[in-house]
Amino acid sequence: MKNLLNSKFFRRHEFYILLIIIVLSLILTIINPTFLTLDNIFDLLRNNAFLGILALGELVVLISGGIDVSFTAITTVAQYIMGIIITSYYVNNIFLTFLIPIPIGVVLGLINAVLIYITKVHPVIITIATLNIFYGLLIFFTGGRWMYSFPPSFTDFAYIKVFQVTTPYSTTGLSVFTLFWIILAVMTWFILKYLPIGRKIYAIGGNLEAARRVGFNIFRIQLFVYGYMGFLSGIAAFVHAQLGQIIQPNAIVGQELDVIAAVILGGASISGGTGSVLGTILGVLLFAIIKNGLILMKLPSYWHQVVVGLIIAIAASFATYQSKLRWKRMVKIDVE
Amino acid sequence: MLNNKFSQFYTKNFEIIILVIILSFLLVSMALLTGGKFLKLNSLEAMAFQMPLLGLLTLAQLIPMLTGGIDLSIISTANLSGIITALILTNMKAWYSVPLAIFLGLCSALLIGIFNGFIISFIEVPPIIGTLGSMILIKGISLAITKGYVISGFPDSFLFIGNGYILGIPTPFIIFIFFSLLMALILYRTSFGIYIYMLGSNPLATLFSGINNKSLLFKSYLISSFLSGVASLVMISRFNAAQADYGVSFLLLTVLICVLGGVSPSGGFGRVLGVFIAVTILQIVGTGFNLLGFSSHLSNALWGIILILVIILNRFYSKTR
Repeated sequence: MKNLLNSKFFRRHEFYILLIIIVLSLILTIINPTFLTLDNIFDLLRNNAFLGILALGELVVLISGGIDVSFTAITTVAQYIMGIIITSYYVNNIFLTFLIPIPIGVVLGLINAVLIYITKVHPVIITIATLNIFYGLLIFFTGGRWMYSFPPSFTDFAYIKVFQVTTPYSTTGLSVFTLFWIILAVMTWFILKYLPIGRKIYAIGGNLEAARRVGFNIFRIQLFVYGYMGFLSGIAAFVHAQLGQIIQPNAIVGQELDVIAAVILGGASISGGTGSVLGTILGVLLFAIIKNGLILMKLPSYWHQVVVGLIIAIAASFATYQSKLRWKRMVKIDVE
Repeated sequence: MLNNKFSQFYTKNFEIIILVIILSFLLVSMALLTGGKFLKLNSLEAMAFQMPLLGLLTLAQLIPMLTGGIDLSIISTANLSGIITALILTNMKAWYSVPLAIFLGLCSALLIGIFNGFIISFIEVPPIIGTLGSMILIKGISLAITKGYVISGFPDSFLFIGNGYILGIPTPFIIFIFFSLLMALILYRTSFGIYIYMLGSNPLATLFSGINNKSLLFKSYLISSFLSGVASLVMISRFNAAQADYGVSFLLLTVLICVLGGVSPSGGFGRVLGVFIAVTILQIVGTGFNLLGFSSHLSNALWGIILILVIILNRFYSKTR
């Protein structure tokens, strides 16, 4: 038992987040017992699949030492083009529909990577610029009207459950979009942990110059990182359109900071080199639980932002304080 | 000798020269495209009224960027201090209510600056994440105060700040010029300004030369919030209203303008003059497009393209140098 408590997991950032989630869930359940029902939990997992998928992409970008704020524009563009294609050619095949936004996302992500590589300017600047370019051009050319009434295959897919659970009150189940999220999380974890490219991403995030001198091809790694973000944006575009059954060009842009905040809450460092898939999932869940809890507690919606802002400020201060402590301990060992 | 001096001037001011060339090119092409409508007095005057708000917010972004940081909370700071000012203006009808409202509005901006400065310089939270938190927090407070409503209807003496003229020149423009000059003075002629540049280019070097990095950073976020407060006065006076989410799209624009004006995103380099010209460029594109009947989304896209082109141009120039 003592060994278990001393093990690495309990000293890690993820452990603290898990602890906060458990405590928060307990408090919420005491205040409002509907929180800990299967219904609510499955809903939570379904509705946050979209943000969760985007957070996985942002995690990879942050680990590489970069940042991407243009992914909401990429998602919007991919989603809109998908909407135009399936309504004007009447694509009544969900698999084909799913495949449309992915290449669009990847191409836009690769554009980011190329620009970041040739300009050598901090990615936040480049992606702010491409956010404006992608989104501005999309609205300019399409006029930004909303789209609804899609082919039946598109509408039916949204209600698929992986498995169903019947409780005394209702029938609920794990949504297919939650499964998407889980599969992509496992995939991202596998890439980061076991594939050479994943280790290289950690390397360039930890120390770019060192990675360059070891002989890594920085350009190729960046292409992968931003391309992967684009790939996940494409999938997220599909999921988002499915969840809402409506395509509004102004629905996604503006959420980029929420996603980044969730990833950082999950323990990824803004300066690169650290971060884990588990932490990111927990970060997204913590955010979701807080928002859900505020609704269940019937707090007026204008207070939500105060709470979210406070949590980011406290979490960031705490994480910084922790890493400072660790650094101090390291120095001490050096001296002894 | 003269030639040598010229080439020195050329290398030193390369970015400014490029910006001036872009500026004159845009001026001429906009004048031609709109058939001279662009150079009419009333459209120039409209620009002089619109530009200061964006300009003051950009000045607020400038100092944190010079230190190698960023301040994402400037817009929400401006909105909150605007709301405080507006509340006093609408609820108090005394002879001193206007100066008191302005004073308390600026004080609330400074209070936010203290909060930002504290978490960034003393707790050492990375600026991008610290100000992200305060941005959301402050916006939440504004929403909680106003419940999403607009506060409007200010006395005429206050509306003068955003809509009046002094000697035929729009008041907001004079305010913008004043603060640009003040910033230039602080940055180039005081030890504080020089330390800011040094901190931005090498924080370790400033630390070892006995400069108090923490108090320097603290002050820079304080100045940033103060300038946001000034911008808020111009903003609510121009709109004759205050609200929790005015000008949200300006946030990314201020970063863009700073970079366009030659401010290095990693800190240490950048001049007020460059930023001033960059604000003018954006305003010309915006107004010109408006006159041509283009959508604001297209001008957003164009701003992004201009930014990337300028960065690439600068990069290849410094390579050949």
